[in-house]
Parts: sequence; C-alpha cells; structure tokens
Amino acid sequence: MAVGTQYLAEQPRPRALSVVFGAVAIAALVAAPFAVYPVLMMNVLCFALFACAFNLLIGYVGLLSFGHATFFGGAAYFTAHAVKVWGWEPLAGILLGAAGAAALGLIVGFLAIRRQGIYFAMITLALGQMFAFICLQAPFTHGEDGIQGVPRGHLLGLIDLNQPLAMYYFTLAVFLFGFFAIWRIVHSPFGNILQAIRENERRAISLGYRVDRYKLGAFVMSAALAGLAGATKAIVFQFATLTDVQWQMSGEVILMTLLGGIGTLIGPAVGAGLVIALQNYLAASDFPVTVLIGIIFVVCVLVFRRGIVGEIMALMKRKTG
Amino acid sequence: MVSTQPILSATGLTMEFRGFVAVNNVTIAVNEGTVHALIGPNGAGKTTVFNLLTKFLTPTRGQITFRGSDITPLKPAEVARLGLVRSFQISAVFPHLTVLDNVRIALQRPSNLATQFWRSSSALSVLDERAMALIDAVGLANYAHLPAVELSYGRKRALEIATTLALDPAMLLLDEPMAGMGHEDIGRISDLIRRIARDRTVLMVEHNLNVVADLCDRVTVLARGEILADGSYETVSADPRVREAYMGTEHD
Ligand SMILES: Nc1ncnc2c1ncn2[C@@H]1O[C@H](COP(=O)(O)OP(=O)(O)OP(=O)(O)O)[C@@H](O)[C@H]1O
Ligand SMILES: [Mg+2]
Repeated sequence: MAVGTQYLAEQPRPRALSVVFGAVAIAALVAAPFAVYPVLMMNVLCFALFACAFNLLIGYVGLLSFGHATFFGGAAYFTAHAVKVWGWEPLAGILLGAAGAAALGLIVGFLAIRRQGIYFAMITLALGQMFAFICLQAPFTHGEDGIQGVPRGHLLGLIDLNQPLAMYYFTLAVFLFGFFAIWRIVHSPFGNILQAIRENERRAISLGYRVDRYKLGAFVMSAALAGLAGATKAIVFQFATLTDVQWQMSGEVILMTLLGGIGTLIGPAVGAGLVIALQNYLAASDFPVTVLIGIIFVVCVLVFRRGIVGEIMALMKRKTG
Repeated sequence: MVSTQPILSATGLTMEFRGFVAVNNVTIAVNEGTVHALIGPNGAGKTTVFNLLTKFLTPTRGQITFRGSDITPLKPAEVARLGLVRSFQISAVFPHLTVLDNVRIALQRPSNLATQFWRSSSALSVLDERAMALIDAVGLANYAHLPAVELSYGRKRALEIATTLALDPAMLLLDEPMAGMGHEDIGRISDLIRRIARDRTVLMVEHNLNVVADLCDRVTVLARGEILADGSYETVSADPRVREAYMGTEHD
C-alpha cells in the first residue's frame, strides 16, 4: 500500500530486523581493520559520517545544501590549528572543530533558511565559496599548503593515537556516536515536527510552528555533525587543506548521499563507502576517476532513483507486502 | 455565550495581486462565541480574506485586530499561537503520517514536546489519549493508524478539523470544512461545530446554504472582493443583491 514516489521518508521497519542488521554491521566494522587497510577504512568512516550528516538535512528536512564542505573542511582547520598550534588534546580539538562548524552553520543557515529550493542551494554555494576564499587567504590556514603535520597525540592523555588500531577504533567510536545522534534526532519529537514541515509546511505554520527555527536547528545539527567528521579526518590524516572546503567536496557528499539513498539512515554511509572504494581502486590506474563517478551518478539517477539502499528497502517492502 | 463583543475585526482590508483587486475595502467584525459564515460565489475572495486574517498574505491596506490587539504586522505562526487557527480549503494534512500522528503534531507544541531532539519519540505517547478523544469526536477512531494519504477526501477534512481543534484555539477559521462530505458526515461535523462554538468562535466559509442557515448566527456575503451584505441569514437571504450575485446576473 505504500506510495511509490515516497523516497524521502523512511518507513518504519520491523525493529528486530534493524537490531540484527545493526549488530552485524557493527561487528563487521570492528573486524574491518584486520581485513582492510585501516587508513582506508578511517577515510570511509569520516566520509560516511559526513554523508549521514548531510542527509539529515536533505533527507529529513528537504533542504539541498551545496556548501557543506564549509563545515567539513572548516572544522578540519579549527581542529588542526588547535591541536598543532595550541597543543590541544585530540578529543578537545575535535569538539572545538565540531563547535566551530556549528557556529558556521548558524551563520550560513541564518542567511539561507528563508530561501526555497534552488535559491537555498545557490546561497549555500555562494557562502561556501566565500569561506573557501577566506581559507585561501587567512594566515592561520596557510593558503595552498594547508596545515600540515598535525600530531595525532594521546587521546585524553592516555591512548596513543599513533597506533593505527587505536586511531581506527577511536574513529569508529566517533562515527557510531554521530550515526546514533542522527538516528535519535530523526526519531525524536523534534524529528516528528521536521517531518511534518517537510510534508506540509503551510499546515505546520498554521499550527503555530515557527518553521524557520526548526529548519535552522536541523541545519546547525547537520553542520556540527559534518564538522565532527571533518575534524576527525584532520586527526586521522594529520592535515587540513583547501580540498576539504572547496565546492567539489560539497558535490562529492551530494553524490555519496544520492548514490546510497536519500532519507535512508544507512544509505549515505553505503554511498560514501562505494565512492571512496572506487577512488582508491582507480587511483593507481590511468582511468579518470571523475569520469567514471560521473557515469555512475547518471546511471544512478536514471535507474536507482531511490539510491542503492532505498531500492533495496523498496524491494523488501514489496516482498513483505 | 453569544456576545456582541468582536473577538476579531478587520477594517478596510484590501488585497491587490499585481493590479487585480481580489479583496476591496472589506470591514468585518466577528463577535465572540458566535458561528459566523462568510459566503459568496466562486472567486469572490473568501479564501483570500482568510489568508489575510491569518496573515498568510499581507494586506495591501487595512488593519486586523484580534482580542483587542493589532495583529496586522504579525507572521502567520504568531497569529496561530495567539489562538486564531485556520484550516485550508484544499485539505491540509501530513499525508505520510498516521491519523494519530497528524493530531499529535498539533498537540506537541502546546505540550512543549516539539523541540526535544535528544528524546525518543515514544515520549509522545502521553498525548495519545487526548489525540484519540479528538479523533473519536470527528468519527475517525477506526482509522487512527492509517496514513492520512489513504483517507477519503471527506475524512481528510474531518482529520483537519480534529487537528485544528487539538490546539484548543479561541477562534477557528474553517474554509469549506464540509466540502466533499456525504450527508451523514455533514451532520456529524455540523454537530461538532455547534459543540465547538459553545466556548469558542468560528468563522467559516461554506457553500451549502442549508448548513449556513442551520448553524450560523451571522452571515457576511462577499462578491467580487467586496462586502455585499451582512446580518442574520434571514435578512441576508432576502436581500435582492445577494440573490442576484448568486444567480450570476450582476448588473453594472
Ligand atoms: N495568489 C494569487 N495571485 C493572483 N490572484 C489570486 C491569488 N489568490 C487568489 N487570486 C484571485 O483572487 C480571486 C479570489 O480568489 P479566492 O480564492 O479568494 O476566492 P474564493 O471566494 O475563495 O473562491 P472559491 O469559492 O472558489 O474558493 C480570484 O479571482 C483568484 O483568481
Ligand atoms: Mg476559496
């Protein structure tokens, strides 16, 4: 009986199935560094969290931000600076990065939230470009070089993050924290209001909801979590550069999310894993990665309109009636 | 509780859409505790007046007063928070939420359960009893767990009324609440509106003149954006200009 075009809102699935699936996924992630190169997995986890954070906005509020690199890359700079120049402990540095991203989100969101559809995307893109320009010019970001040689340090002064496994499990913990935060937000009283606003904004207003504030709240949460991802990446890779704040990065996270499935909780993480794996696999070959990713994107938009996870879930729903 | 004190009044309301005057110099006063009808032929400007009164549109000219304070500069959400709540002509529900969730959305705000992003939505079950009572009152008890999109048109309208009532507003503006309903449903909703009006004020747009005659204490007739007549149903329906407007034989 489900409506065919409803790919935005996730349908409630049988609880037990989700729990089993979640347990298997977590077990696989815990075992992953013994099968896959840990740095590759950490890269996947950072981008997976970034994509999930982005999806909180497009999938559950219906806002397409074309400037999310600002929060991802901005947080990386904040964290890298705090850890390298001020000598902060890594977790404190990461929290500062996420807080900085939230503050940037408040500014960008405040300026963009009143606009609808494509205008919203345009303003976030324009502000993102401005931020990228600031990062190129500001002294503390070191222009084209970026901030290099960020020490990983000791987590809480105790755990040496230079150990690859320690770094990996810390990154996994950050990812799981971010992922469950998003899950909680989506299935909270606040999440219900977001869904109502997405389904019928005028009706929500007529019930007295100040919808701009709800959207801004979600925007800031999305920015903070994107920042959490970028900050963690800065510690993992020990640098923060312009790559992470540029518009191509904003485009990449849109691609990951679309590929995996907008409005599904795990879709964006799957999409991120696929894109990173492809980039990694093709890095050694002569084949231009961007072209291939472009082709995949087109195929995805034409064939899997709900994204990979979205299509699988729709299939399962049809089977179970 | 019929009083002669206006709870809502508008003076000189005018709305121009790029030169087209949809509402022209409308002055209307709705007395507290009454059921007031706004009627008129298609395109008369009734929905536009509703949009102006609830600030979904900003009037080109004119002033609106609700419970003694000037609401002309307010945003629509603020107007709703003051207790002036509207429904829509094109039924407005949250289609992929269940009937129960639709009503709970309205209850969440006055219950301060709308901004908690850190709590489980199972916390909303405290609202279930009140929500079910409202759903029952509009005859939808059997459909509580159905997504709103699967309801028939008439039932969607009933759900909209339940959702509006959930806010316990001092005044309701209902835009054709019974459009698309069968005979039985019209009877039920009429009874409901009569009950609502015991301690509330209702302004409604309604095409069914039997319902208007039966339910409303006062009638304002709008035609081509202007007020044509205002008074009891008997007075208004005897007015030759009203008859002409309804027959479509306007003179100019
Ligand atoms: N946003 C708008 N822009 C331009 N014209 C508009 C707009 N809204 C309404 N109108 C025009 O204003 C006039 C009044 O429309 P309105 O919807 O208020 O009429 P109504 O009395 O509610 O009619 P009905 O009985 O069909 O619901 C119509 O001619 C309509 O085309
Ligand atoms: Mg109308």
